[in-house]
Amino acid sequence: MKTLKTIIIAGTIASSVLLSQIAEAATTIVVKGSDTLVILAQKWAEVYMSKNPDVKIQVTGGGSGTGFAALQNQTTHLCNASRKIKAKEIQACIAAFGKRPTEYKVALDGLSIYVNQDNPLKEITIEQLELIFTGKVKNWKELGGPDAPIVIYSRENSSGTYEFFKEHILKGKDFAASAQTMPGTAAIIQAIAKDKKGIGYGGAAYGVGVKHLNVKSDANSPAVEPTEENIVGGTYPIWRYLYVYVNPALDKGEIAKYLNWIRSDEGQAIVKEVGYYPLPKNLREN
Amino acid sequence: MKTNMHIAPAPSGHQVKQGGNMFNQNKNLQQSVGLRRGAFSRPIEYVIEKLLFLISLTAIIAIFFIFAFIGKEALPIFFGKTNSALVQEVIKPEDIDKYPAEKIRDYLGLSRSKYKKMPKDTLIMLLEVKAEAHKEIPESFKNDKDARVNTTDWKYLIMPHQWSGYDKPVYIWQPVSNIPKFNFMPLIIGSIKTTLLGILFAVPISVAAAIYVSQLARPSIREIAKPIIELFSGIPSVVIGFFALIVMATFFQEIFKYEIRLNAFVAGVALSLSVIPIVFSISEDALSSVPRSYVEGAYALGSTKWQAAWQVVVPAASSGILAAVVLGFGRAIGETMIVLMVTSASEMTWNIFAGARTITAAIAAEMAEVVFGGPHYRILFLLGALLFGFTFLANIIAQSAIAKFKEKFEGTK
Repeated sequence: MKTLKTIIIAGTIASSVLLSQIAEAATTIVVKGSDTLVILAQKWAEVYMSKNPDVKIQVTGGGSGTGFAALQNQTTHLCNASRKIKAKEIQACIAAFGKRPTEYKVALDGLSIYVNQDNPLKEITIEQLELIFTGKVKNWKELGGPDAPIVIYSRENSSGTYEFFKEHILKGKDFAASAQTMPGTAAIIQAIAKDKKGIGYGGAAYGVGVKHLNVKSDANSPAVEPTEENIVGGTYPIWRYLYVYVNPALDKGEIAKYLNWIRSDEGQAIVKEVGYYPLPKNLREN
Repeated sequence: MKTNMHIAPAPSGHQVKQGGNMFNQNKNLQQSVGLRRGAFSRPIEYVIEKLLFLISLTAIIAIFFIFAFIGKEALPIFFGKTNSALVQEVIKPEDIDKYPAEKIRDYLGLSRSKYKKMPKDTLIMLLEVKAEAHKEIPESFKNDKDARVNTTDWKYLIMPHQWSGYDKPVYIWQPVSNIPKFNFMPLIIGSIKTTLLGILFAVPISVAAAIYVSQLARPSIREIAKPIIELFSGIPSVVIGFFALIVMATFFQEIFKYEIRLNAFVAGVALSLSVIPIVFSISEDALSSVPRSYVEGAYALGSTKWQAAWQVVVPAASSGILAAVVLGFGRAIGETMIVLMVTSASEMTWNIFAGARTITAAIAAEMAEVVFGGPHYRILFLLGALLFGFTFLANIIAQSAIAKFKEKFEGTK
């Protein structure tokens, strides 16, 4: 028992000494922020580190708000965000390091409207979505479906997806109070797959087991399917940017190189692997 | 005994000569020698004692600090220092010299020392950002009747209000909104609803199981049943939540045919799974520690096994059972993961087949993304303090109830 303990302690000390040496030898980039982006950021870091062994990248999640707080305290180099920075956060950054953080768009995210696979509905307009999610339309019958109440599944109000949906689809109005808020896109899909009366929203690349509705901008425009081609091409109406923010004073050397690589063809190819869409070429220059 | 033996030889000589003075002297001697002995003759014991004292002190200090921290973050709401109004007065960057420094400092929310150190162009940049934020407010909201209202005012936190777009006064929790709405009532009712349901399912089951296991079961059954029920408490709440989300919700929907699949009822049943092992374990201990003579006395008077258990042992252990229920309540109201996974619609209703959002779920789900130091952040801390208040109150009530029960059944306080 005693020897085992000694070995463990010795091992811990040795490895921590070793780690700190590696960290000193290499450039370490700390990335923190949005949970939506954490898998993508990890994948980027993994591929980038395998190509540049002298750069270490540490990625953690915690939420966009946490990332911005870390950016202000200067405990992170890069902040991932699934929403735009807010005025109050810009102010805190200016108060902390005297400059506005630089914003980089790093990927596109298309949002799909999910319903249960047994739901006969095929398409929906943005206006109908507003009426459903604000609780004005309460029965599938009003949309030409069966006579059954609509059960709304939404994301947590901490999610960037929630804010985006509220701002662009609900035009700033409140979600119906009866909307079930789910902790993630996977949870929404899980719930709708089991609930014939359910409707929800989430990433277009997700969603095995639910039906994605085709969306019309208004009653007269054509219904568009949420495919990569339509989202990147801009014909599908519900999409948003994902961002990385950086303190401009740090945006040089290895960090600037990494940020450029993220937005290169190579970095953007990885975006597709984790369920988002690459930026159109014209948006990659900042 | 030992003390006496050690000191005894010294004063024994005086005993004969000084007679009456002996007692006092002996006592003084004993005290001074005894004191020194405690510190030096058993150094390890002394160190252990002080260490234990330090550990318990740290726990108390930690609790104090946690509460002080939560209180500090929530305090600005109490004093009305937070303003969540959408449209606020704007100071244009070019007007920076027209206003006194005090006013600019308050407007930017800077501390005195920070303001002093800040160069003027940084201040102008801050003013610009504020002015831009004001410009970005959608036109349709600028003239809203509630756009200039500070929604963190107590009036809006507790009382219903008819917001624009609603056809009657409502209690509503919509913290992320152009006009943020922070009414506590949906969350408080959500917490009470799910907790009561959880307790309602858990207490009868676990107390009945405790009575059976401790009083009626054969030893062979008891030895299997007790550890198995207690093993329940080892299940992580996230696992219970997942099980409830996928299996229980569908199962109960098929039985009760309710409309909303994820509702407070399912959350309550899932909560009871996490409460049962606690209530069972503590009440089983309370029942087992009732002196054997009580039961034997009952048998001697001709009562059956069941009568002895129900009419003698249960009343005697009632204070312990009550303590178990209170601990279970604390666990249920503080439980986060299960309710967060199963249901979280912030609907204001007592209907158990509708959704519910608890205080804990709101804090857990929203804290990560709020603007640090903003109104929403402060409100979440205030909710944390409120939750602490709830459990504190429940504990005080339970303590006094337990004391009364003890008095009644044991004749002592």
